[in-house]
Amino acid sequence: MKTLIFRTAAPFITALMLLFSVFVLLRGHNDPGGGFIGGLIAVAAFAVQGIAFGVPVVRRALYFHPMAIAGCGLLMAAFSGVLSYAFAVPYLSGLWAAPSLFGVTVDVSTVMTFDIGVYLVVVGAITSIALSLEDREDG
Amino acid sequence: MEAVLSLLVALFFAAGIYLMLSRHLIRILLGIVLFGNAVNLLIFTNGRLTRGTPPIVPPDLMTSAGPVANPLPQALILTAIVISFSFFSFLLVVVYRAYQDLGTDDTDEMRVAEPADEAPPPMGY
Amino acid sequence: MAGEPYQVDRAQAMIASPIASADWLIVVPVVLPIICGALLLMFRHRMRIHAFIALAALALMTGANALMLRRVLADGPFSMTMGGWLPPFGISFTADVLGVSFALVGSAVAWICCLYSLCDIDRTGRRYGFYAFLMLMMAGVNGAFLTGDIFNLYVWFEVFLISSFGLLILGSEKAQIDGAVKYAILNLVATTLFLIATGYLYGTFGTLNMADLARKVGGVSETAPLMTLSALYLLAFSMKAAAFPVNFWLPASYHTPRIVTAALFGGLLTKIGIYALLRSMILIFPVERAAYSMPIAIVAGATMILGALGALAQSDLRRMVGFLVISGVGVMLSGLALGSEGGLAGMAFYALNSMVVMTALYVLAGTMRVAGAGFSLQELGGLYRARPLLAAIAFLLILAAAGLPPASGLWPKIVLVKASIGEGAGWLAASILVSGFLTTMALGRVFLLAFWRPANVSLPVVAVPSLPLAVLLLLLLPVLLVGLYPEPVIAMSVSAARGLLDPSAYIQAVFPQGGG
Repeated sequence: MKTLIFRTAAPFITALMLLFSVFVLLRGHNDPGGGFIGGLIAVAAFAVQGIAFGVPVVRRALYFHPMAIAGCGLLMAAFSGVLSYAFAVPYLSGLWAAPSLFGVTVDVSTVMTFDIGVYLVVVGAITSIALSLEDREDG
Repeated sequence: MEAVLSLLVALFFAAGIYLMLSRHLIRILLGIVLFGNAVNLLIFTNGRLTRGTPPIVPPDLMTSAGPVANPLPQALILTAIVISFSFFSFLLVVVYRAYQDLGTDDTDEMRVAEPADEAPPPMGY
Repeated sequence: MAGEPYQVDRAQAMIASPIASADWLIVVPVVLPIICGALLLMFRHRMRIHAFIALAALALMTGANALMLRRVLADGPFSMTMGGWLPPFGISFTADVLGVSFALVGSAVAWICCLYSLCDIDRTGRRYGFYAFLMLMMAGVNGAFLTGDIFNLYVWFEVFLISSFGLLILGSEKAQIDGAVKYAILNLVATTLFLIATGYLYGTFGTLNMADLARKVGGVSETAPLMTLSALYLLAFSMKAAAFPVNFWLPASYHTPRIVTAALFGGLLTKIGIYALLRSMILIFPVERAAYSMPIAIVAGATMILGALGALAQSDLRRMVGFLVISGVGVMLSGLALGSEGGLAGMAFYALNSMVVMTALYVLAGTMRVAGAGFSLQELGGLYRARPLLAAIAFLLILAAAGLPPASGLWPKIVLVKASIGEGAGWLAASILVSGFLTTMALGRVFLLAFWRPANVSLPVVAVPSLPLAVLLLLLLPVLLVGLYPEPVIAMSVSAARGLLDPSAYIQAVFPQGGG
């Protein structure tokens, strides 16, 4: 798909979708949204980029191998459960903290780190599959 | 409402199973998609339907004001969707590879692992 | 949310008391492999450390399972419910003798397989993530054995299935892709049936916690939906265990991957189907199982006889072992058909024995290929003269697989035969013995052709590396030890069967106050 219109529009679409995916991820705790759906939107963004510029460009832009990203997410999700050992609550209990950064109270929780982990797992694993399918199409 | 959805589930199952009985892998794949969605709909209907009340707590309250739809089937379905999605995407890659490497999507012709002309073991020596 | 005054009474939904550190043992066999699998995925290019991380993790998992087994044998089942929610709202992990003994033997076998993989998995295999997939599969396997929630069991089924696909197509040979397509589609159908049944179960009871189900199911007067539900579970798990009419995915795929993968699959995966059958049919649907006992007995008999006949017809060693796995599943199902304490104890014991023996048979096939000329009985020969140690090991393993003394396979068969005669099912006892005879014939022929027959081609002069032999000896050791001194394992199996037949301790562990 090497049309001029698509190649011009693709970077903007990708950037917008990535931004939106993070928005959906962070919105997920109290409203519809979350790691899985956010991750899928991000994968769609990478897939669009891949269709426009070819798979090698996406792989270079990602820098890390997609499966390494998935592994990182898995580690994050698992460790946000392990943290509850220190507080003598069951595995995967939600732990909350509200540190004040520059006068603004930010709610941080293990629920959120778990969700970010899910986001990374989805981004890594599905991007890896999507890219390998796109790869074959060219070759 | 449950009766209508039950009919829809039955329709999905019928179409899914019909497609899965085909010899061609691509139809089997489409059948699997329909089959999976039929199951999701089935779980959803099994959780009893409550219309128009999403199980979301309003921002200014600590619990929801009135009765809400059962959130558990929705959580189960979400899990099932995630799993069947990853399963399906894996299957897609494998089937595509099978089509490229074996040169066919007809399951009757896929005899590489179990050759039809394999000799029986020797009867003695 | 944080910081605001909380007006809701949390004591009705949340666990208030702190959790003892000892209870954390139950998540170790699941969380540890997930963490290690994640690390291996992240450091996929540091291929040197992969095997060592995997070996260390599997050793720790085995240790954790052993500690848990000691605890459940001494104090009875214990449980932990995730996320601080009270059961049945949260997902419970419940350790009882049955689950923990399966998890322990499974982890130990996986550790030995990982040792064998040092000589079976080359650089390409490591780059494609053999050890990462192995870790994730073991997380799924242990999760399936330890979970106390039936939907969670479905999730762990899918976890180990998806990782097993990764292991199956490692190498991307044509036969592997062919086998993987059939394995994947048929297993997907099985797990989807499982999911359908679970959906109906939720619709009927409004709960998915196994302990909660076990105490609610007795109060249901209308049994017609339960008969349908248990039939669905029976079909789904029999498919996973490769019982006769739905076993065709196993001989189509298990001979295609690397030997170490085949050994893991043959040892562990069908046993999870057996475990799930025990859990669902005995703990949740005891009345329905009794009603189905005749069909189960017929399936069991057909599976063990046809599996052994299938093994007789194969000339490829790996395919033959695949059929022997199926035959063993039939023997285990006969215990389910009986449903008595002896039958269930024999079933659990035979499953544990089969985990070790089937893995050993695959490893043996791999070693014979290295020592001889291939996997085919047409070509193998002269191994007795060339490799006496291998011949001795093979002889003992053949005795173990056929259920002859002095190996461990004898005792569960004795328990099962005794139980079936006690229940008045003499024909089931006879079919267990006939299948043992057919297995002896199939494996005896292997010994005859591959070991005693003079070599028709000159054997390759390569020395057999000592690692496979050491692995085989390591697998043979428990088989012989248990064969000579079976009392502790029999006592453990009986205690596992008692825990299933009388679930009050299991329910007590999940609901200590009796509430929920």
